[in-house]
Amino acid sequence: MQIATPGPLRVVSGHLVVFRRLWRLNLLSSFVQPMLYLLGLGVGVGALVDRNAGSTATLGGVSYVAFVAPGLMATTAMAVCAAESMWPVMGGLKWRRDYHGIAATPLDASDIVFGHMIWMAMRAGITGAAVATALAFVDDTRSWGLLPAVIVAMAVGIAFAMPIMAYSVGAEMDGGFPAIQRFVIIPLFLFGGAFYPLSQLPEVVQWFARAFPLWHGVVVARGFTTGDTDWAGVAGHLAYVLLWAAVGTVISIRRLAKRLYP
Amino acid sequence: MSDTSIVLRIIPVSYLSGLGLRRPHRMIERHVMAYRRQWLIVVSGFFEPLFYLLSMRAGVGDLVGDVSVAGRSVPYDAFVAPALMASSAMNGAIFDSTGNVLHRLKYARIYDAALATPMGPADVAVGEISWALIRGQIYAIGFLAVMAAMGLTESWWSLMALPVCALIGLTFASIGFLGTTYMRGWSDMEIVNTLMMPLFLFSATFFPISSYGGWAWVVQLSPLYHGVALVRACNAGVWTASLVVHALVLLVISVVMLAWGSRRIDRLLRR
Amino acid sequence: MPEPLIVARGLKKRFDDFEAVKGIDVEVQPGEVFGFLGPNGAGKSSTMRMIACVSPASEGTLRLFGMDPAVDGAKIRARIGVVPQLDTLDTELSVQENLWIYGRYFDLSRAECRRRATELLEFAQLTDRADSVVEHLSGGMKRRLSIARSLINEPELLLLDEPTTGLDPQARHVLWERLYRLKQQGVTQVLTTHYMDEAEQLCDRLVVMDQGLIVAEGSPRELIDQYSTREVLELRFGAGTNDQFGPQVVGIGDRFEVLPDRVLVYADDGEAALAEAHHRGLRPESALVRRSSLEDVFLLLTGRSLAD
Repeated sequence: MQIATPGPLRVVSGHLVVFRRLWRLNLLSSFVQPMLYLLGLGVGVGALVDRNAGSTATLGGVSYVAFVAPGLMATTAMAVCAAESMWPVMGGLKWRRDYHGIAATPLDASDIVFGHMIWMAMRAGITGAAVATALAFVDDTRSWGLLPAVIVAMAVGIAFAMPIMAYSVGAEMDGGFPAIQRFVIIPLFLFGGAFYPLSQLPEVVQWFARAFPLWHGVVVARGFTTGDTDWAGVAGHLAYVLLWAAVGTVISIRRLAKRLYP
Repeated sequence: MSDTSIVLRIIPVSYLSGLGLRRPHRMIERHVMAYRRQWLIVVSGFFEPLFYLLSMRAGVGDLVGDVSVAGRSVPYDAFVAPALMASSAMNGAIFDSTGNVLHRLKYARIYDAALATPMGPADVAVGEISWALIRGQIYAIGFLAVMAAMGLTESWWSLMALPVCALIGLTFASIGFLGTTYMRGWSDMEIVNTLMMPLFLFSATFFPISSYGGWAWVVQLSPLYHGVALVRACNAGVWTASLVVHALVLLVISVVMLAWGSRRIDRLLRR
Repeated sequence: MPEPLIVARGLKKRFDDFEAVKGIDVEVQPGEVFGFLGPNGAGKSSTMRMIACVSPASEGTLRLFGMDPAVDGAKIRARIGVVPQLDTLDTELSVQENLWIYGRYFDLSRAECRRRATELLEFAQLTDRADSVVEHLSGGMKRRLSIARSLINEPELLLLDEPTTGLDPQARHVLWERLYRLKQQGVTQVLTTHYMDEAEQLCDRLVVMDQGLIVAEGSPRELIDQYSTREVLELRFGAGTNDQFGPQVVGIGDRFEVLPDRVLVYADDGEAALAEAHHRGLRPESALVRRSSLEDVFLLLTGRSLAD
């Protein structure tokens, strides 16, 4: 008896076909950009930071590069997955219309949504793994904790991808995307705990950062790479991250089904 | 002082009028009409550099403490702020002259429509670059006001940073416009973003050029570095002869790129 | 005889090593509706772009209103209206904003733009959609808006590149009616089409283009009279068998043509030809007598049907 490929995987294979054509360009955003940040902010600014007595204590006793590196794995996963869940998803419904094409086959809305989720986890994983490989070459950042940190980056990726997908499948116009980028993604990148401990920020900003999944992922990933893991905390933070992914997934399926089969 | 008029005097007027320079301001009129409905997008562009500044001030600044530049010790936020102002002039100009122009050139075909009228290719090129400059100036004024409110400006000389930002905007809008005429499609925007990032990070923006040691000459290849140096000098009110060189570098790049870009757009639209 | 509006002599257009237009002579008189008829790739659009002064001629001379596009392109463009093959409407603007800004490109005052836009919206039957964003219009509405936009400068010459391609029959008839009204107002029109019925409906005079050259010229009636018979008999024998029957119709009409799906018999009296075919014992699956059309002219001149 032949076992059929599960629906979401068939959707993923469609993404892979496109990716095979564009992977060189994608490599730029998923690898070169985080490495440049690491070099510019981690190493460059790090030289200024590490010179300043007292800063190392604020950072929990590690060098600035070691502090920033796991944060960058999470922020890059967030940035890549957020962008990939905006215009490309809207395009699937509006411009390329391939979601309509898929919906005309035995696959349905949940296959598309789960397919997107697996695909986003893969993209975040590829990015995370690339950055982790580079970090493994640097003394300050080499650790087995990089491996679970990649998994955390994948979780952060889908925690942003799925709620944004839920927005994208319901939106009529793409005018909201730049607003999400500028007022959620970029502020989280800057204030989400990747570049300095949250405690340095005013209370309001801290709550903003804690509300979104990024900071939780950053804390967990950093715990793994610096070898300072509090397992109860890990479970709590990850549960919150995955809650975002789960809620986003449920709403995506419902809204997409409404769009595809009105 | 207006940077556009200098450029128009340097590029022979006959050259541009041969490419049909008559009423570039009509392009700007079109954009004002279009953005009346999307003003939120325009306004939101102001926040990105502001967020960077706040993040550097509140977070990284505390970690770094003071930075010594040219023998003076300055707080980190005062060091970074002028550089962020210069970077945002670059970002705004590139954003307007690449993605938006690509959309109008290849997908919306707005230029084809304009060229069926008495408008010429140079009207399109000069109009688009001027629009990018105007938008950049609005952001620069806003950013400078925030800097002043935070006590990061040192004297009235800081106002000189505005025309400098116009020059930076002109340089990068000209580069972006030319680059866009060679783009194949949306995926090439990824290249633009990746090229911008090292400029943003390594133009003595976040740490002084002395940190680079023997690699300092690489930094000097970045047009943004010259812009950052100019804005910093304006903000500090410290004038040296090397500033003339920085300004000339930007001006020469602008003129060459603008002339080349006008040629290219003429080739593309009037084949 | 008034001065011709457009004069082209030996006009050529080359793209790298490909010659799209291989030397054509054309004259268009004021008030005339003139057509370029031909299949895709015949060189119609390249010719239109040269006439619209957005594409320099590679060789030959071109004069519009007695002026040279290479010298006075902007002055000429100020007096013409262009409806391009693919709509170049500004999708970020509303319907009436499209008309306003286009008027501004022609240096009309804001008040004048508003006045003309109101009139043109009426003309294009888009008044109730004035504030809609262009993206949400139907294909027919966009086409009407394109035509309205091209009229904002009250052009003496209107260029229409395949004005009705892709429209449903009803939308086409609305457009034809609007174009006819413009003709009555004395606007000279030059259009390209690969639709026979469109050329016959609209054009006073036309040229047939094929592979960059003009192969025939005249009014639709003249061309049909000169290159075809009064009527055509179409016989269908079933797929794949038509060529076997070709030889059997020899001598029935003036001449015949075998196409993949049918056999055409050219005769001044189609009914008589059909009777003769029956008399010869031919039993087609279907038979149809119709008036000769430009399609037949094109077939004779190029050996290919326009649909190719």
